[in-house]
Amino acid sequence: MAQHDHDHEGEHGSALSEMQLRVRALETVLTEKGYVDPAALDAIIETYESKVGPHIGAQAVAKAWVDHEFKKALLADASKAIGTSREGNPRGEHLVAVENTPDVHNMVVCTLCSCYPWDVLGLPPTWYKSAPYRSRTVKDPRGVLADFGVHLPPATKIRVWDATAETRYLVLPMRPEGTEGWSEDRLARLVSRDSMVGTGLAKKPEEVA
Amino acid sequence: MDGVYDLGGMDGFGSVEPESNEPVFHAPWEGRVLAMQRAMAYTGVWTIDMVRYAQERLPPDIYLTVPYYERWALAMERMLVERGLADSGELAAGRSLHPGKPLKRKLTRDVLEQSLIRGGFARPARAPARFAVGERVRAKNIHPRTHTRLPRYVRGRAGVIELLHDCHVFPDTVAMGRGEDPQWLYAVRFDARELWGEEADPTVSVSVDAFEPYLEPA
Repeated sequence: MAQHDHDHEGEHGSALSEMQLRVRALETVLTEKGYVDPAALDAIIETYESKVGPHIGAQAVAKAWVDHEFKKALLADASKAIGTSREGNPRGEHLVAVENTPDVHNMVVCTLCSCYPWDVLGLPPTWYKSAPYRSRTVKDPRGVLADFGVHLPPATKIRVWDATAETRYLVLPMRPEGTEGWSEDRLARLVSRDSMVGTGLAKKPEEVA
Repeated sequence: MDGVYDLGGMDGFGSVEPESNEPVFHAPWEGRVLAMQRAMAYTGVWTIDMVRYAQERLPPDIYLTVPYYERWALAMERMLVERGLADSGELAAGRSLHPGKPLKRKLTRDVLEQSLIRGGFARPARAPARFAVGERVRAKNIHPRTHTRLPRYVRGRAGVIELLHDCHVFPDTVAMGRGEDPQWLYAVRFDARELWGEEADPTVSVSVDAFEPYLEPA
């Protein structure tokens, strides 16, 4: 993948990768033609590197754990519930929250490309976009879970959601035991990105101590 | 099209390898590609389905082997050339050799926040939904030569309508520049044994979001 490129470039400005040069050429053409504004591109990158990420989804999950009415609203219409709970920070449409229970575990995949709930989780990790995850999740979800070190009881029903249209799925993981009386902010630290995709579970209290 | 991008259920790709503390971008060019894609989409020259279709039309070996954002870049270059927004000589030279085409709008910092909110794909319905939640349906055995969002692994298989989402723009026509042609969208649940045979795990079911034209009564 691109990782090795990263090691050789950067501050020294030497040994720019072929892709770095190719993308720079593309940006120059688009800029000179007046199609894009490099300052706006900088701001988009900054947004996805530091503003939009799984902390948004984690806050919604934590709120659903402590606020029954919010949980009902989230499961009924997640776009609306999360949009209105974040004043002045509207979220995109067509978000559907699916709830994990002791009997049912939900997992989300996009077999056709890389559809992912950017608004609440940020950009997807490489594994989500990879051929192994996209090919296997709909056929062998327990095998995929094992790759993440997750082993569910054999009787647990597995519900896979293949995001083939513009609907985006967010898993509402189960609240871990031993968290009675915790605040939303403290609970949110237990909500990993993977737990909201369904390839993980919420962390146990001792994991974030 | 029956392309390699339609990966669901294929074997041989190995195990999933999560990366701990993964950065948002692995190299600076990845962020530039993502940002350029967002900015170009904002101008209105193409839609998300056109972008997907451009990636699906990449040669299969390229699609499967290049890094994710390189795939985006290759598809973007192709769309620019196809639409006469830039030519291959300019992309090779790394500079504009002809004036740009006038575009509807341009993404600037002052509209950034608004521009990054995901657009809505729901449209007013032109007819009542054909299927109801709980109804059994079959995914049609269709093989369009162009863009479609019905994965191969459910074609010909029977399932149950689980959710009625809304009436959404239809990717199959949008990707081809033939208009939005809005269609009802459903989540359809299939048992793993219906998809993968009697040996499959009976605790597993898989839902896909399927547009009404993909479905028939079962």
